[in-house]
Amino acid sequence: MKIKIQRETLEEFEVDVHDATLLTVLNKIKVEQDKTLTFSSGCRSSVCGSCSVRVNAKEVLACSYKLQEGDVVQPLRNAPVIRDLVVDMKKSYETNRRAKAWLSRITGDVSLSIEHEKINEIQSDCILCGSCYSACPVFAVNDEFLGPFALTRAWKYTSDKRQNETKEIVDVIQTNGVWSCTLCNECTLVCPQNISSKADIEKLRSKSAMAGYSDPSFANFGSFGGGVSFDGSPSF
Amino acid sequence: MQNSKSDVLIVGAGGAGLVAALSAHESGATVRVITKEYATRSQTCMAQGGINAALGNAGEDSVDAHIANTLKSAHGIANAKAIELLCSQAPDAVEWLDSIGVCFSRTEESKIAQRTLGGASAPRACYAQDYTGLKILHTLYDRCNEANIEILDEKFLLNIESSENSVYGVSVLDIKSGEIEFYEAKSVIIATGGYSRLYDKYSTNAKGTTGDGLACAIRAGARVSDMEFIQFHPTALKNSSILISESARGAGGYLLNSKGERFTNELAPRDEVARAIHYESMKGEEIFLDIRHLGEKFIDEELPQERKLAKLYENIDPVYDLIPIKPVAHYTMGGIEVNSESQTSVSGLFAVGECANHRVHGANRLGGNSLLELVVFGKQAGTNAAEYAKSKKQKQVPLREPKRVFSDSNPEVDFYKVKENLGELFYKNVGIVRTKESLQTTLDVVNKERQRVNLMGVEDKSTIYNTNLIEFLEFQNLLELSSLVLSCAIFREESRGAHYREDFTKESEAFASHTVIDRDGVVE
Repeated sequence: MKIKIQRETLEEFEVDVHDATLLTVLNKIKVEQDKTLTFSSGCRSSVCGSCSVRVNAKEVLACSYKLQEGDVVQPLRNAPVIRDLVVDMKKSYETNRRAKAWLSRITGDVSLSIEHEKINEIQSDCILCGSCYSACPVFAVNDEFLGPFALTRAWKYTSDKRQNETKEIVDVIQTNGVWSCTLCNECTLVCPQNISSKADIEKLRSKSAMAGYSDPSFANFGSFGGGVSFDGSPSF
Repeated sequence: MQNSKSDVLIVGAGGAGLVAALSAHESGATVRVITKEYATRSQTCMAQGGINAALGNAGEDSVDAHIANTLKSAHGIANAKAIELLCSQAPDAVEWLDSIGVCFSRTEESKIAQRTLGGASAPRACYAQDYTGLKILHTLYDRCNEANIEILDEKFLLNIESSENSVYGVSVLDIKSGEIEFYEAKSVIIATGGYSRLYDKYSTNAKGTTGDGLACAIRAGARVSDMEFIQFHPTALKNSSILISESARGAGGYLLNSKGERFTNELAPRDEVARAIHYESMKGEEIFLDIRHLGEKFIDEELPQERKLAKLYENIDPVYDLIPIKPVAHYTMGGIEVNSESQTSVSGLFAVGECANHRVHGANRLGGNSLLELVVFGKQAGTNAAEYAKSKKQKQVPLREPKRVFSDSNPEVDFYKVKENLGELFYKNVGIVRTKESLQTTLDVVNKERQRVNLMGVEDKSTIYNTNLIEFLEFQNLLELSSLVLSCAIFREESRGAHYREDFTKESEAFASHTVIDRDGVVE
């Protein structure tokens, strides 16, 4: 099987494997053919988020992708490439801190029902692999954009019943946050954990509207102002 | 060479490291965490089954029962006081995790859901589907963000710096730049995880579980203990060694041989189940885990990750098919010796988590007790390291000139091959069953490899993100630890818990103690 890997140039490797994950093959190439091949990996069972790369221009976890003849493997986009398939995740990781994605006050006296737990069960499956930042066309042009996984985390913590003050998060996601998203849904399509940051961002928009915020791009349409939306119903 | 100071420096950003960081911060210390990966990528994220606490949410339970089960599983070599502390603090530990936002699964009565793991007399493990470790780790990371704790990524621990048996910092290799950096601190907490990757591909663990902190602690003069006790998890996927959680058996999964017969009590402690599987396979049987009768709804609700992994790695769907399994190395009970304050024999050097030995697991850890350990002792280590730092003035110590970490010449011996062979050999000879001969043969090989380690090295000469170099450094740490594991295993002429000697199949009163070892060999 022949595959190509993006390094300083696109390099071709020939490997004798069948039904193998990309991570298995990368390890095999490193040990048997080229010890300078550089990539990240960890748990090999899709929970640590270390081995995200792009195959044929789509984000995948190397440990859960079965390699095909002719595949082209590249590093994630929208992050500086350090070497070969390794990128610097610092910028995207920092968005979690900027989004204030945590419980603002710990009380310890709230008990959650099954229903409450299910509200953000899937959002709490996030492994911070960064696939969504690589696929995000907004993050590509605006690296101040909070971005998909941080906004999913913001939704997780605003929807959590244990959160007794959502204002802090809602305030901080207004600029370079929920309204900057184009709702293109690319993040959803590449998420290995089936999380839809786009859907979470939409929910955060409603929450923002309820807190009195509105889409700043509409603010320019003076004639539509005054609390009435396009269909004539009052907006929040 | 950079130089930078903090009161408390924590090496490792898994569950233990982050809990320690939070509690040291709360105690008013300036805290810095360094990790060789990123903060959410450690071994903790792989913990599936749960965290033990006698809450009695799913059936009658008590702290006493938790203590009794833990003591029993430890097979006589554990510190009863430490176990008492662990188990009695457990309900508070889980309550704390719940209060900071961990998304535990719930019961109909809006309580934290609990399930039964091996060796437990009650459903005691609090869980979040089969993502318990992941959700705990990420929530801890979010708390560290809230506390604005500095976490420095991708720095590999080279040395714990100490003088006159007192710690003053660590030196690390910055993986991105290839620069050696020095971080000064009044106290240092090692939270770097276990050494199960000694078994290479015969381990459920992530590739970085290479005992770096243990190896460095020994070099710094700390002692380690109980290195021979290595837990084999009964159910890893046959081809990939990927873990299938014990909760699958807790929920009623069966172990079957090729004839479709059950051959053991699936809910016995891990050492017993692993041995039963070992002897069944010696008869030529293939071993399977059967959870088909639990039904698709249950599997998707409680074990979603297992279904995904079985499909991916074995091309089978556990809803309809048997899961081919084998036992592989999963957890190392041994670790850095600490006192009841989590401090090592080196002043100001603390250790916590799988790399440490708080003497609560003894000869065999119970499922659900390691996530618990990292919360209870993580808090203790963090608080104590902060207190220690308050009482200390930063030492004025001249910086050492760093050693070169690799040479320009090309290696004659490929360490990747040695590492793989060693893993095979350990699985076969230092695995579920051992004999004096199998251990001695392996020690001979290890000694031979240690002698020619100077012929091994790195082919990649780049300073930028050199994973060849990192893997070589990890390999050398493992190689160092492998001798200790073997010395301890040879010394212990008895069978106890996870250490099973076919030449001494009974527990012996003469060995009812811990094996403590330092740089120079077995000391007690």
